[in-house]
Amino acid sequence: MSPSIQRQLGQGEVTFIRPNGDTLHLRLAGAWKLGNALPSASEVEKQIASGPPVRRITFDTQGLREWDTGLLTFLVKVLDQCAQGNIPTDLEGLPPGVQRLLRLARAVPERKEASRKAVREPFLARIGASALRWGQSATEVVEFVGEMALAIFRLFRGKARFQRSDLFLIMQDCGAQALPIVSLISLLVGLILAFIGAVQLQTFGAQIYVADLVGIAMVRVMGAVMTGIIVAGRTGAAFAAELGTMQVNEEIDALKTLGIPAMEFLVLPRMLALVLMMPLLCLYADLMGVLGGMIVGVGMLDLSPVAYFHQTCQAVSLTFVWIGLFHGAVFGVLVALSGCLRGIQCGRSASAVGAAATSAVVTGIISIVVATAIITVICNVIGI
Amino acid sequence: MGKEAHITVQDLTMAYGSFVIQRDLNFSIHRGDVFVIMGGSGCGKSTLLRHLVGLKPPSQGRVFYGEISFWEADPSEQDRIMRRIGILYQSGALWSSMTLAENVALPLKQYTSLTPPQIQEVVSLKLSLVGLSGFEEFYPSEISGGMRKRAGLARAMAMDPEILFFDEPSAGLDPISARRLDDLILDLRDSLGATIVVVTHELASIFAIANDSVFLDATTKTMIARGDPKQLLAESKDPQVLDFLTRGEAGAQAEKSEMDRQGGEGL
Repeated sequence: MSPSIQRQLGQGEVTFIRPNGDTLHLRLAGAWKLGNALPSASEVEKQIASGPPVRRITFDTQGLREWDTGLLTFLVKVLDQCAQGNIPTDLEGLPPGVQRLLRLARAVPERKEASRKAVREPFLARIGASALRWGQSATEVVEFVGEMALAIFRLFRGKARFQRSDLFLIMQDCGAQALPIVSLISLLVGLILAFIGAVQLQTFGAQIYVADLVGIAMVRVMGAVMTGIIVAGRTGAAFAAELGTMQVNEEIDALKTLGIPAMEFLVLPRMLALVLMMPLLCLYADLMGVLGGMIVGVGMLDLSPVAYFHQTCQAVSLTFVWIGLFHGAVFGVLVALSGCLRGIQCGRSASAVGAAATSAVVTGIISIVVATAIITVICNVIGI
Repeated sequence: MGKEAHITVQDLTMAYGSFVIQRDLNFSIHRGDVFVIMGGSGCGKSTLLRHLVGLKPPSQGRVFYGEISFWEADPSEQDRIMRRIGILYQSGALWSSMTLAENVALPLKQYTSLTPPQIQEVVSLKLSLVGLSGFEEFYPSEISGGMRKRAGLARAMAMDPEILFFDEPSAGLDPISARRLDDLILDLRDSLGATIVVVTHELASIFAIANDSVFLDATTKTMIARGDPKQLLAESKDPQVLDFLTRGEAGAQAEKSEMDRQGGEGL
């Protein structure tokens, strides 16, 4: 019984001994701790391959000072190799704790069918799959809008089930609490419009028309578009995140099993709140925009505030105000729909909630811009 | 007891703002013990756990890890202590955007200088210890609740912690899985020599694994019993503790004999 090869790599050591012809004895010594330099399992493989065929592997650990996962991963690999080569192993010489953990690690066999490999699909299959996904998501949108329409129908018949208190809370949250940010953005947009206009109009000495420019642009479309984008980022994302988290926590399932449609209980109040609040926010944004224009007019172009006000009143007709408010109401519907749709579609994980919020904002802003284009064209056609 | 104290809780008062949950807690958890924190719902078991693992500072009192007072230590010392503990949260608390393998690998990647293949080996070993070999590439949302819990345990064990904390380990598991988890807890204690702290009110578990415990009471807002649960069951005189440890049988019987006695007097 003489040590044939001794390996001393750092602190974990293994000595291979051949006590008789067909037995390989592994003497483990030192500190077999993760992070120390440890011998690799391939050493054992080499030992098995060299010399006479091995029929049995035994261990002893008299010199083993301490061990942790480092020893276990080594042993697991050695045992796997032995199992492949049909070499019986005798674990008796190992510490009882190690034996127990090794038994535990092999108690449940690996689920081969569970492990998966990334399969790269052919190009056409990927196009097909994405077309199918697109079709499915289009169907979902149509279904969602349909259910929403039914819910609104029930609302008008007084049969919709939601809590009035929820409605008021949401109205406060998406209306009154959005005022500071709407003020800031609209004021600055008014200022910017006036600046750009002023530079051009000053060359003709037509400074006073800055009031027309700012008034018409803000009231007709810009006030509504800016408010819509703010609300999409602020409230649309919040709706998606809130409903998404409810989906993750199975709260929406709980509503369904109680027979309360999520569409009426969750989506309807959000939609109503936004449809009611958006026109008001728009009106407020229009005012702030005009105020921004007036700051430039009075401060930079030496116009009197009264003159600016009169010019604005002449330029902006009530029709423009109605058009702006109509934009606002439409955007309210779109933002609420996209926020709630993405929230309800949300998967059941934290990252899915993030994706839902992102998607809600993107959908909201795209639909706002598209709707603006459509409304502008229609207004042009009917001549208002 | 000649055993070395691993965690010592001294005059601990836990409160949310001015609302006191538990006061004057004094006990120590010995190295290599399976220590159970028990008590009825809402008595502050999980809150105590949060104080022990460094998630919530105590409003009064101290928590010692060995000789070091955790909440008075400097942040790097606290970090070092927290790295030596593993926690299994109630529902696993796996990071949902990562696969099981990535979940278990994260602490190893952050705190060790192991190479990716070595990490891979450790991850496979830890997952196989909890009976999840082959599920490396699954996301938490694709496996069952019990599997998520076991994967959470694999993550808690990733760094070979000296202390393992379990928050309601058997909640939501079927009796057989719960039993297997209990066995696993004992195996881990025996093989790795880890100290185990378990928050639970599962009686079967308590009697199967614990060799020391503390009983928190929600009404008096402090601990009312201490020691091996089996011994408590045999020797405790406190009706609340007995009631808890016998699923209310003790209380029901006392009531019954009381009624019998009164009935007897009436006759």
